[in-house]
Amino acid sequence: MRHYYQEDIETAPYEEIRRIQNEKIVRQVRHVYDNVKYYRDLMDQKGVKPEDIKGVDDIRKLPFLKKDDLRECYPYGLLATPLKDCVRIQSTSGTTGKRVVAFYTQHDIDLWEECCARAIVAAGGSDEDVVQVCYGYGLFTGGAGLHGGAHKVGALTLPMSSGNTERQIQFMMDLQSTILCCTPSYAAFIAESLRDRGYKPSDNKLKAGIFGAEPWTEEMRKSIEEGLGIKAYDIYGLTETSGPGVAFECSEQTGMHINEDHFYAEIIDPDTGEVLPEGEKGELVFTALDKEAFPLLRYRTRDICILTRGKCSCGRTHIKMCKPMGRSDDMMIIRGVNVFPSQIETVLLNEGYTPNYMIYVDRKNNTDTLDIDVELTPDQFSDNIADMQAREKTLASAMRTMLGIGPKIHLVPPKTIQRSEGKAVRVIDNRKLHD
Amino acid sequence: MAVKQLSVFIENKQGRLSEVLKGISESEVNIRALSIGDSEDYGIVRMIVSDLEKARALLGENILSKITSVVAVKMDDRQGALYKILRTLEEAGINLMYTYAFTSNKQFGAYVVLRVDDVEATERLLSDKGFELATDEEISG
Repeated sequence: MRHYYQEDIETAPYEEIRRIQNEKIVRQVRHVYDNVKYYRDLMDQKGVKPEDIKGVDDIRKLPFLKKDDLRECYPYGLLATPLKDCVRIQSTSGTTGKRVVAFYTQHDIDLWEECCARAIVAAGGSDEDVVQVCYGYGLFTGGAGLHGGAHKVGALTLPMSSGNTERQIQFMMDLQSTILCCTPSYAAFIAESLRDRGYKPSDNKLKAGIFGAEPWTEEMRKSIEEGLGIKAYDIYGLTETSGPGVAFECSEQTGMHINEDHFYAEIIDPDTGEVLPEGEKGELVFTALDKEAFPLLRYRTRDICILTRGKCSCGRTHIKMCKPMGRSDDMMIIRGVNVFPSQIETVLLNEGYTPNYMIYVDRKNNTDTLDIDVELTPDQFSDNIADMQAREKTLASAMRTMLGIGPKIHLVPPKTIQRSEGKAVRVIDNRKLHD
Repeated sequence: MAVKQLSVFIENKQGRLSEVLKGISESEVNIRALSIGDSEDYGIVRMIVSDLEKARALLGENILSKITSVVAVKMDDRQGALYKILRTLEEAGINLMYTYAFTSNKQFGAYVVLRVDDVEATERLLSDKGFELATDEEISG
C-alpha cells in the first residue's frame, strides 16, 4: 500500500519546502501585482513593491485580505487570469447577499485535487478503494474536491452528493464502500441510521472517513469511529483558498498537515495583525503560493488555531495545524453554513422588530439547531394566535432567505431579553465544539 | 355596543399566568371571563373584566396588553343555542378567529364571546337575526 500520494514533496526536508516556497512566492506576488488591480492598490498604499518580496520571510510585508475585500471584489475583482483560461467556478455557501465566487484554471483544479488525493492516501486510500463522496456536489467545494481527489488516486468513486440517507446506506452496503467523505455530523447520522436498521459496525466494509466543512470534537470522532467501525480523519479548507485539502490528517490524528508547497500559513494576532511565533495561538492566515486564477495573498481565515512543526510518525514533514479552536469574528457554522449574528439582526430590523434578540445554537441528534428569541413590540401583538403564528412563519422564512438555513423563531414579551451594558451577549452556543 | 376585551401576552412558562394576574386578583377588579390561546412559547390571555382601565393599570407597563372589541351574544341555556349563532356567522361568511363562552350569575344565563374582523357588521347581522347582544355595562357590571 502507498503511504503518500506525492512522497517526494510530502516528506521533503524543511529546507527543501522552504526553497520551493521562496521560489513560488516571488513569482506569485509579481503575478498578483501585475494582474489584480485591487491588490496592487493595497500594496501601493502600503508602499510594498513586488521586488521587496524575496522569499516567504517577506510575506509579512504584504497587506491582508479579508472576507469584506472578497465581497467588495465580487465577482471578478480578484481574478488574476483571463476568464478564457478559467475552467471552473465554485462558491461559498453564501452568507450575505453576495457570495464569494472562486475561479480555477485547469492548473488550479489539478493542484486542488492533488491536495485532496494526498488526504485520501493519508487516510489509507488507494486505487483498490471505493470512495463514497456524500459532500454536496455543485457550487460547494466539498463534493468537487474529494471527488477529484478520489479520481486522482484512482479509486472507484461514488458521487452520491448529500442527503437521501436510505440510498447512501444501500449503496454503501451493495457497492461495499471503503472510504466515506462527508461532514462529521452526517457521518454520525449515517452511523445512527445503520444502527437503527440493525447493522453492526462490522457489517459495513468502511475502513476510513474523511470528514470536514464544520467543527467537530474528539468525542464526536470517537463516536463516529465506534459507530462505523472506522478511523475518522479531519480535513480543512475553504473556498477562498480552493476548497477542502488545504490541510488533512494523517494516521497520527494529532492535527492536520498543511500542504505547504501550495499554501503558506501564518498565525497572527487578530487585533494587531502581528505575526506570532510558531506554537502560539492566533488567527490563521493563508497565502496561495501557486494558484493562478484566484490567488489570495495573506487571506485572513478568522479561524483561531495553533501551528506546530515537528517530527510526525507518518513521515510527513509539512507543518501541522490543530483543529480550529474558535473564531476571531462572531461567525457561527451551523449545519455547514456560515452565519453571522449581524445577518440575523438585519433581518429583524427589516421586518420591523427591535434589535433585541438571543441566538441559541445547539446540536441535537447530531444536527445543529438554531433558535432565536425575538422580542415582540406592542404594535405587533395580536390577540389572535393565527396572526402570531403567521408572524413567526414570515420571520423564519425571511431568515431562511438571508441565512440559507431556517431557524426556529420564539416570540417573547418586550424587555425580557437581558440588556447588557458592555458588549452584548447575543449568542449562546451549547454545542461545545472547542475545548 | 361592542364589548371590550383585554388581551395579555405572556410567556408559556410555569407560574407566569398567576404572576401576571396577581395584581388584578388582589384588587377589586373582577375577571368575568377568561380564555387562553397558547403555543409552545407563549400564551395569549383574553379577559372580560369589570374595570378595563384599572385592570390594565394593574398589569403595569412591562406587561404587553391590548384592548380589542369583541361581540358578546346572550345565549339561551338550551341545547343547540351556540350552534345557531355559529351557523348564522358561517352563512354570512364571517370568519371567526376564536370564541369562548361564560355564564353569569346575573339575570341572564350564558354569553358567548366572538372575535371577528368586523365587529359592527357582525353585531348588525346578529341583531337582525333576533339575537340579543350584551353590552359592556351588562357584562362587567
